[in-house]
Amino acid sequence: MASTAAVPFWRSAGMTYITYSNICANLVRNCLKEPYKSEAISREKVHFSVSKWVDGKPQKPTIRSDTPEV
Amino acid sequence: MFRQVAHRLLTRSTTNYTTAAAATIRRPYSTDVSVDTSSGDSDFVEAWNKVAPNIDPPKTPIQFMEPRPPTPSTLPSKLTVNFVLPYASELSKAEVDMVIVPATTGQMGILPGHVPTIAELKPGLLSVHEGNDVKKYFISSGFAFVHPNSYADILAVEAVPLDRIDPAQVQKGLSDFTQKLSSASTDLDKAEAQIGVDVHSALNSALTG
Repeated sequence: MASTAAVPFWRSAGMTYITYSNICANLVRNCLKEPYKSEAISREKVHFSVSKWVDGKPQKPTIRSDTPEV
Repeated sequence: MFRQVAHRLLTRSTTNYTTAAAATIRRPYSTDVSVDTSSGDSDFVEAWNKVAPNIDPPKTPIQFMEPRPPTPSTLPSKLTVNFVLPYASELSKAEVDMVIVPATTGQMGILPGHVPTIAELKPGLLSVHEGNDVKKYFISSGFAFVHPNSYADILAVEAVPLDRIDPAQVQKGLSDFTQKLSSASTDLDKAEAQIGVDVHSALNSALTG
């Protein structure tokens, strides 16, 4: 049975809902007036480290961060 | 053969469950069931008391849960709204007259007694009407759930009151993305530019409308 529901344009372009929603939120944050804009942007900054695991052992971690390296 | 399968799926099972199990099995419209969570599972409490009579039995997670507010039999006069963001709760159990949400199918008005709905929201204006006051927020995207007991849960990723939006940035964004849309090559670029155009034009109409 083929599904005939119309897909949104972003899904047919390969984007997931979360990516779409985050892009929309970032665009709205960029359009805010000054004190609110810097609060919103600093609120959303992330800093985390990711490592892939192979054979039960973590490999070298990569750090993903919005704060500049000192 | 298929007729038998369908018949078996339709007949409901008639097993009796203990109180604790009964609280967790699925039912249509669980707002109709009020769970008595104060005493806990009676079998467990009896077994515990046999082994450790001087110690109170531990509470199970279900005893900490507040039962969902039941569906009233007459139409309630107010809508109870929970409007939440990932980092803050804008409205928590606020009693209002009406809420208009920007669903992907158009502006949807939610009044007390609205049919239970799940709506995906698009970037647009949310307005909360209470008496003669209207509070407006611009929402980036999210979902709205209306429950049978006239509770509405609105979840948004970003929601800003209109006076925090900078019109100059909106215009600049709109022209930038319209230009990117015409010069975009890959599907993904086109989709991103289209999203930019959609969000900025929604911001624009929210500011001017």
